[in-house]
Amino acid sequence: MTMTDKKYPGLYIHVPFCPGKCPYCDFYSFIPKGDIVKEYVAETQRRLKETDLCFDSVYFGGGTPDKIGADNIKLLLGCVNFTSGAEITVECNPSDTGRENSAFDFETLRQAGVNRISMGLQSAVDSERRKLGRLSGVKEVQRAVEKIKSAGIENISLDVMLGIPDQTLETLDETLGFCVSSGASHISAYILKIEQNTPFYRMREKLNLPDDDTAGEMYLHTTGYLGAHGFKQYEISNFSKPGYESRHNLKYWRCEEYLGIGPAAHSYLNGRRFYCPADIDSYLAGAEPVDDGEGGGEEEYIMLALRLSEGLIFEKYEKRFGKKVTDEAVNYAKFLESKGLVCVSEKNISLTPRGFLVSNSVIGGILERNSP
Amino acid sequence: MSVDKNKIRNFCIIAHIDHGKSTLADRLLELTNSVALRDMTAQLLDKMDLERERGITIKAHPVKLNYKALDGSEYALNLIDTPGHVDFNYEVSRSLAACEGAILIVDATQGVEAQTLANTYLALDHDLEIVPVINKIDLPSADPERVAKEVEDVIGLDCSEAPRVSAKTGENVAEVLEQIVKLIPPPVADDNLPCRALIFDSVYDSYKGVIVYVRIVEGKIKPGDTLRMMATGAEFTVVETGYMRAQDPEPCPELTAGEVGYITASIKTVSDARVGDTVTTVQNPASEPLPGYRKVNPMVFCGIYPADGADYENLRDALEKLQLNDAALSYEPETSGALGFGFRCGFLGLLHLEIIQERLEREYDLDLVTTIPSVIYKINLTDGTTIEIDNPTHYPDPSIIASCEEPFTDAHIYSPAEYVGTIMDLCQDRRGVFKNMDYITPERVDIHYELPLNEIIYDFFDSLKSRTRGYASFDYEICDYRESKLVKLDVLLNGDVVDALSFIIHSDKAYAKARKIAERLKDNIPRQMFEIPIQIGIGGKIIARETVKAMRKDVLAKCYGGDITRKKKLLEKQKEGKKRMRHFGTVEVPQEAFMAVLKLDDND
Repeated sequence: MTMTDKKYPGLYIHVPFCPGKCPYCDFYSFIPKGDIVKEYVAETQRRLKETDLCFDSVYFGGGTPDKIGADNIKLLLGCVNFTSGAEITVECNPSDTGRENSAFDFETLRQAGVNRISMGLQSAVDSERRKLGRLSGVKEVQRAVEKIKSAGIENISLDVMLGIPDQTLETLDETLGFCVSSGASHISAYILKIEQNTPFYRMREKLNLPDDDTAGEMYLHTTGYLGAHGFKQYEISNFSKPGYESRHNLKYWRCEEYLGIGPAAHSYLNGRRFYCPADIDSYLAGAEPVDDGEGGGEEEYIMLALRLSEGLIFEKYEKRFGKKVTDEAVNYAKFLESKGLVCVSEKNISLTPRGFLVSNSVIGGILERNSP
Repeated sequence: MSVDKNKIRNFCIIAHIDHGKSTLADRLLELTNSVALRDMTAQLLDKMDLERERGITIKAHPVKLNYKALDGSEYALNLIDTPGHVDFNYEVSRSLAACEGAILIVDATQGVEAQTLANTYLALDHDLEIVPVINKIDLPSADPERVAKEVEDVIGLDCSEAPRVSAKTGENVAEVLEQIVKLIPPPVADDNLPCRALIFDSVYDSYKGVIVYVRIVEGKIKPGDTLRMMATGAEFTVVETGYMRAQDPEPCPELTAGEVGYITASIKTVSDARVGDTVTTVQNPASEPLPGYRKVNPMVFCGIYPADGADYENLRDALEKLQLNDAALSYEPETSGALGFGFRCGFLGLLHLEIIQERLEREYDLDLVTTIPSVIYKINLTDGTTIEIDNPTHYPDPSIIASCEEPFTDAHIYSPAEYVGTIMDLCQDRRGVFKNMDYITPERVDIHYELPLNEIIYDFFDSLKSRTRGYASFDYEICDYRESKLVKLDVLLNGDVVDALSFIIHSDKAYAKARKIAERLKDNIPRQMFEIPIQIGIGGKIIARETVKAMRKDVLAKCYGGDITRKKKLLEKQKEGKKRMRHFGTVEVPQEAFMAVLKLDDND
């Protein structure tokens, strides 16, 4: 193996703290109290030092990583062995970091090696933002972007939500317009899914949510709009200017290795999947991760690959598994091509935006026909 | 030691459904100490769970009761419990032929019903002495005197002596035993004539082989004799003879003329001991069989498929086993483009079909898909030949059809007079031809229609029951084939014919039905990745269409922090869901959608 072929794993650090709970969110996070942040940082440092791996991507996700402060992030990164060109991302909440008097220091982040910031914009329409439980207005987001840039971090990603309460194609245009003109280099656009155990689930009848058809239309509209403004779609929900694809997230979809640290963080290393349970107490007590079985099998590989615009690349699949995608699966994909959902070439099978929109069915159908 | 023929009584119990036949049989068993009280479960003779649950008898069970009568003598009473449904009329007739008398039970709250009459006429055809019994006198609404008069008026039986009983409480049931001894004649029987025994039922036992229930009419049979089945010619050596008791069988050295009992002879399948066949012995052979045998032919057909294709072998084994015990069941393998491998099965009627289906599902734990039942149609082709088809798939190209014929039945419906209007609406709607209407009493009518069989097998009885709040009863007999304007409806999904949903229907009804089917499919097929046209056609002509719109959104947008478990779970769930799906080319149809179309009835 030559040096250029060397595959480095990614590192994911889950920061489970939030200033408040958004009504649609069911990820593991809570409002920190007492010394918990300190304890969390200490335990995370300890765990980071345990590994001698070298990473080419580091991702602080949450929760709200900025909640532990730039200095702590720097402290943690100090425990990490990463390559010189590594992509280092921190998710930030514009409500905190974009406030006029915010003490959050992006400069420190940059010095620590952070070169990418991902922020949850969700919507650029303040009334929609309020419904999503966003504490700040779009003005704060704009200010955060400016602060990040003036700190010398150029690679900024914004999250946008589709199918949120009161949203229309017109208000969506406003949000997308904001993204495009903000100077972001990467945009994630997720269709809101109402999860059980969230306030939104309980209120769902009263939320004035766009129906499925409208949400689908919003998705297609978004792919078209961003495409026209220089953002190339590279995954179901992800768009970027050329060269700004998230290296870290690509690892997930390409079935490459990553280590996850922090409560509720998932890992895929040495062919195994495992995770830290979503429980801060056991995390702080040094609990071992829980095994989640073998990973990276054919089914998983295809399921993840088809989320990408590059799709399922035959050559890679054959190299990895020593066999071909079945004729039945390819023929089915060709049938779906006739319905405008899939593209099949000599090299790969990939989904069109319309295919992405019904990707659960498309992927399920292809997988079903690829099993022995 | 020879049996005193004068002390034998062979009888059956006939009644309309739910008039208390099995309960009375239970009481007779108790009174003759045939069963210890602690072993008594309700409807002891109905051995199958299904029989108990549905309150109907499917198989004929004989049981020998020892009764010491008031005259001081000991009598052998042979009770033959008969099936009680029109589907099994032939079996009933063979059971009756084994008897000299019949107890006719009439419900004191309901009076004469369709099968009261049908069964009585059958019994009279066999010259049976009929002993009327008015049952359910314990019920508040019982009116035994009115019902007794009705029996006298309608059937012409003297009811002055008829016991008024409650089989439920046991009140007056002893009188019934006395009447059996007094009124039913002993068999006329000669042990020295060539052997002739009537098979009135047979059951398969995995240890003994087929147990053949017989009434010895003339001659005798003992272990070691060589039996010959006169219709099939098959020969067997008798292993055991005996009497059926309420619980365990009781072997005996020989069965002689006039007696009812069982024979085992290492017979492998019930089709070698067909109901109605005559058994003789090679040692003392008869030259002529007893009259009345006919091979029963299935009237109603449908495809039965395993919901999970992997169960095909299990289904075949199950059918094989059921057939061991049911000579009327026929099956042969068939393949459907839509449903895969399955069987075309033939039944005596719809009840028979339902029973088999339920037994397959219950006793063999199979998940089934059944296609729309069909009758046998005669298709006259333009080249002068005629073909018979029981499967719509075999329906020929309309251009070579000269004419079609379908079976008609002679049907009688007995009902309170107030429902005449709604019953006639129903029959008219089912293409019935009105024959006449008799007032049995001022309140009760006998409506006589000729109805096409294919209209009856399809949900007729349920519709009748719901229109008459359960008060109407119904009986039918196949009469003849008549020319009819029949067409075949094809269902096309995404342009492909779904063979399992094709069926033959009268052309006047085709359009309405086609629209219903299309609607029903549209409502039951979940949206899929692409638009699915549903078309219903006759030949190449589409007469109804609907569209299942494409689903717009089915995506898991986010794979957070490398956590792919949700995605995997979703995939598992999807796979689970697919098991309930049928593939029609590229379209997936849930089993429920299928059933929704197959079960489409008049009320839809």
